[in-house]
Amino acid sequence: MNKLDVVVIDYGIGNLLSVQRGLEYCGADVTVTDDKDIIMNATRVVLPGVGAFSDGMKGLNKTGLNHVVCDYAASGKPLLGICLGMQMLLNESEEFGFNQGLGLIPGKVTAIPSLNIENKNHKIPHIGWNSLKLPEGREQWDGTLLNNVIPGESVYFVHSFMAEVSSSEHQIANCLYGGIKISAVIGSGNIIGCQFHPEKSGDVGLKILKHFINL
Amino acid sequence: MRNIRLIARLDIKGPNLIKGIHLEGLRIIGSPNEHALRYYNEGIDEIIYMDSVASLYGRNSLDDIVKSAAKDIFVPMTVGGGIRSLDDVSNTLRCGADKVAVNSEAVKNPELIRDIATRFGSQCMVLSVEAKNISPDHWEVYIDNGRERTHLDVIEWVQRAEDLGAGEILLTSIDQEGTRRGFDIPLVEAVTKIVSVPVIASGGMGSSSDLAKVVIEGKADAVAMADILHYERETVNNLRKYALSEGIEVRDI
Repeated sequence: MNKLDVVVIDYGIGNLLSVQRGLEYCGADVTVTDDKDIIMNATRVVLPGVGAFSDGMKGLNKTGLNHVVCDYAASGKPLLGICLGMQMLLNESEEFGFNQGLGLIPGKVTAIPSLNIENKNHKIPHIGWNSLKLPEGREQWDGTLLNNVIPGESVYFVHSFMAEVSSSEHQIANCLYGGIKISAVIGSGNIIGCQFHPEKSGDVGLKILKHFINL
Repeated sequence: MRNIRLIARLDIKGPNLIKGIHLEGLRIIGSPNEHALRYYNEGIDEIIYMDSVASLYGRNSLDDIVKSAAKDIFVPMTVGGGIRSLDDVSNTLRCGADKVAVNSEAVKNPELIRDIATRFGSQCMVLSVEAKNISPDHWEVYIDNGRERTHLDVIEWVQRAEDLGAGEILLTSIDQEGTRRGFDIPLVEAVTKIVSVPVIASGGMGSSSDLAKVVIEGKADAVAMADILHYERETVNNLRKYALSEGIEVRDI
């Protein structure tokens, strides 16, 4: 395994080709697999995901991949959850009833409020390009997934639920939707999650993936 | 705050990018992915691929086009035309699509909307509506790429589809499509007023001012364009600059 190797976990859900292509475009050698040994031996792992939380967790749980992801995360090597993959890093979700997550980052997944900050209805899902912002108390993104990103650059979001981390130290970037703060990037050491799709975010997204494969 | 999306719509027949008028009389434009790549490089926010004959002749797969596009294009791709089952959706996503657009089969079997939303998330389930004006403020739903009437009322249908879990509505005016006469503003307004999911206005964009009109008056959340880009009457970048100058919030690159 060399530095640019990335393993993308295949648990039977969603848009794996795009993630793979994005990483390959950035120069990574990508393996898409559900094989436990390959995942455990990887130098970096992406947990992708499109779809419903319960289906995602079922997909992981039925093959025991939930334990593999947690064991891998404990190894200290980089793990990137994308969209649903990020949300599953948290403890729990309220999407279609209560669902337990992987519990790798303290926090929970909740529905994006249907009222914006002016108490007016706004569109759910949150679909579209939105700009990345530094959360209060954070001055820069050096040393994070967003190392090469300038605050204000836009990435592509599509989701109806959002991640609420328990501790602000795990909050790396936000975006504002209808004035409501939404977690865009969360992280705890080697465990990182982004709500947006870097593989769908044009040049800014590719820059983020490129940084990830060089971590 | 609304982030308005500028979307390139590519209607496909077999291996070709095509364009019609009122969804008929299709003319071949060229290679779908040469155009898609150009729009991507110009900064398009999303791309929609629609297989124009899929419903009529069975699933005429866009798979190869989408797979090839996914190598170089890193913005969201919606794929529609001939999606009939969860397996079709799964396969389409595995080719690199992010969302599927469903029209004919959703009309025949509305539960498919719920099934797709439950299995893949509602953000993946785009309801494609082909609307034809039948009397002032009334539009009928058509299927099979504008060929077949359904006697369904557009307003009732979009509400029902939203309840079933549609996450987005691609709203095409058959009357305006390919005419360059501007969007059907009353149609777009009627739909955006009634649903809470994003609405993509499609059909009729003749000039940049049509874009402003459909966003400001019609309250569209996204604008699909075909002809205006395919025939290089405008570039994505110019449209983006124009939108910003009109105070419309689009992605600032």
